[in-house]
Amino acid sequence: MPPLRRLGSALLLLAGLGCRNQPDAPIVIEFWAMGREGEVVQRMLAEFEQQTPGIHVRVQQIPWSAAHEKLLTAYVGDAMPDIFQLGNTWIPEFAALHAIERLDDRVAHSPAVQLDDYFSGILDTNVIDGALYGAPWYVDTRLLFYRTDLLQRAGSTRPPTTWEAWLDTMVRLKARAAADDYAIFLPMSEWQPPVILALQLDAQLLRDNDQYGNFRSPEFRQAFSFYIDLFRRELTPRDAEAQVANLYQDFADNYFALYISGPWNIGEFQRRLPSAMNDKWGTAPMPGPDATRPGVSTAGGASLALFRGSRHADAAWRVIEYLSAPVRQIEFYRLTGDLPSRKTAWTMQDLMHDRYAQAFWEQLHHVRSTPKIPEWERIADKITQYAEAVIRERMSIDAALSALDADVDQLLEKRRWLLRTHPASDARTPSATPR
Amino acid sequence: MNRRIDPAYWFLAPALSVIVIFFFVPVAASVLLSLTDFDIYAVASRADLRFVGADNYLRLLHEPLFWVALRNTLYFVLIGGPLSVGVSLAAAVLLSAKVVRFRGVLRTIFFLPVVTTLVAVAMVFRYVYHPRFGLLNYGLSFVGIGPIDWLGDPHWAMPAIILMAVWKNFGFNMVIFIAGLQSIPERLYEAAGIDGAHSWAQFRYVTLPMLAPTFLFVAVMTMIGYFQLFAEPYVMTQGGPAHSTLSIVLLMYQEGFRWWNMGYAAAVAFVLFAIILSLTLVAMRLRRQEPLGTPLPGERPDAFRDRPSRRRQKKAAPQGERKSASDSESNDSSTVRAEALEARLPHSPLAAR
Repeated sequence: MPPLRRLGSALLLLAGLGCRNQPDAPIVIEFWAMGREGEVVQRMLAEFEQQTPGIHVRVQQIPWSAAHEKLLTAYVGDAMPDIFQLGNTWIPEFAALHAIERLDDRVAHSPAVQLDDYFSGILDTNVIDGALYGAPWYVDTRLLFYRTDLLQRAGSTRPPTTWEAWLDTMVRLKARAAADDYAIFLPMSEWQPPVILALQLDAQLLRDNDQYGNFRSPEFRQAFSFYIDLFRRELTPRDAEAQVANLYQDFADNYFALYISGPWNIGEFQRRLPSAMNDKWGTAPMPGPDATRPGVSTAGGASLALFRGSRHADAAWRVIEYLSAPVRQIEFYRLTGDLPSRKTAWTMQDLMHDRYAQAFWEQLHHVRSTPKIPEWERIADKITQYAEAVIRERMSIDAALSALDADVDQLLEKRRWLLRTHPASDARTPSATPR
Repeated sequence: MNRRIDPAYWFLAPALSVIVIFFFVPVAASVLLSLTDFDIYAVASRADLRFVGADNYLRLLHEPLFWVALRNTLYFVLIGGPLSVGVSLAAAVLLSAKVVRFRGVLRTIFFLPVVTTLVAVAMVFRYVYHPRFGLLNYGLSFVGIGPIDWLGDPHWAMPAIILMAVWKNFGFNMVIFIAGLQSIPERLYEAAGIDGAHSWAQFRYVTLPMLAPTFLFVAVMTMIGYFQLFAEPYVMTQGGPAHSTLSIVLLMYQEGFRWWNMGYAAAVAFVLFAIILSLTLVAMRLRRQEPLGTPLPGERPDAFRDRPSRRRQKKAAPQGERKSASDSESNDSSTVRAEALEARLPHSPLAAR
């Protein structure tokens, strides 16, 4: 607690002592939210406090980069907040820690939270072994951002919808581009592009109840080769994210015409691109492997979770209910640009016809969760490592995939041991930065 | 048996207990930790914690990534260390030369990078190293060197980091060298000049030998510091590209705080500790052969305005003694002192050899 706050609490306490007729002290709900969301939710909850006297919500804002570490340390140190924002790839981990409460019963009796109103792919990330652990707060997925003018110059009136058309478009973009410009930008440090491609081909990333790596499967191999090929044909620069000084500047300078990214960049592109670029970019759902299969993408976003040991679980649940209402979701969208998790909110705001959000509406109906185990983020990191080794021609594709499987098998050793020793309990858990 | 506890212990107790609680206990806990597979599952339930003995250490030795990290760290220490010391020495000699003007201003400017926040420096250097818009490539283009992807090419990333680290750190060692240079008596140079020694010969036969103790101190401190390479790659490259800037400390950080493999990370820490300890022991043995730095009892520090040549002193006194940074300013001794040394040596327990 910062000293000022502590002083404030002390004064409040004194004031409380001075006032004899003090009714029951209000219940204080601790709420941790990350980054911009934390800033905004504080304002939104003022109205909640007016409506529900007796409940005071104390929001603590924590930076995304430290969030995972801070939540874990808080759990170990027995200092968990009552409610917290949880990236949905972290849910399996906190479920395995027994740090979050199952919400099935509460949801069943709540008129405010309607499960069928959520995007099913996103909701699924909150379900671990059949139990619901979080209420999706906002949604996130990745799709194509593109430069309309460059695409037109390359002879495409519409963004590609199949891999074949996509590749063709990229080849034409590259042919038209200046010598050191590229068709697409896929930062080598990001695991999402190869994984999205693999999910599109229905690749099972792990096998036998997520106990072993399955990266030598024909599906993953095909997706991986497609990804590597983009680098070999120099359609994408061999850059990691760190080497790009200013993404927005580069996008405006024709350095690349396509970029796979998430909803937060709608706002960023609007704010940061030079005004001449205003009408020259758009968003489109991911292309699929062929015309019969939609281009699925990852199911991301963040949920609201309830701490299992919370002393004010009922009051805390009312906060979650309040924030889950479609009206609040719209307010939240206006303040942050985060896309609402409830379809009613989209309809009320007519978001599905919004120029940039439209593609996300379509994409959100085709999202798939990555393996829901605590080791996932580490596995994803291994995928980028081996992909980089192949891109830099230090390994062949086959050697890299074998090594990847071997590494992942080793990572999952503890999980196999846990499943062997206590088969009843779920050793399912996770960690990964959302976005 | 005398059951009285020496009162000294009572006076030492507060300080000792702080050291024990905040230093020895955590270190001992880390040793134990490195023998377990403490991870996220163990956080959830202590029952899922397994004692694995030396497995973490064995796994480490079979882990290619550890050897990559060790190689990168050695690369950084062996190239960056000497380079850093060399640049500091050159800058110190330059700033001590009488012909150079504005020495005070230059000294301050050279020292500025040391007090600048490393993260800010790293961010700026990322722009300097930018392959397309970077200042460095722009400068190189005038001498006909094509664009280099400094932080993106596995061959250039470590040199780029070394360059930055040297630029950032040389000022500190420079100040120590300047102090060392100031303590070399002017008359030695005069004598050498009369004997016909030109500036290079004076540097080689007067400056370098007289600076030897400072030199060793600087070298050891730089080595220890450089072995702990972390912030530069953490901010600039995250260990990439293709692990070419992954250092041992960065590996430990990633294992421990990114993936929560606390047991394994503790093992990495102890291996690094063993490496640094053994190299420091080697350096201490080297130091033992160096002249005594601290004033002897009965000597007035201001009496040590000059000292005999090192060769002569060495002949007289191959003895050992600890020396620290603050000593370098008063590490000159007079002939009187050399005699005092000779007189004292046979009785000194430190005169091991």
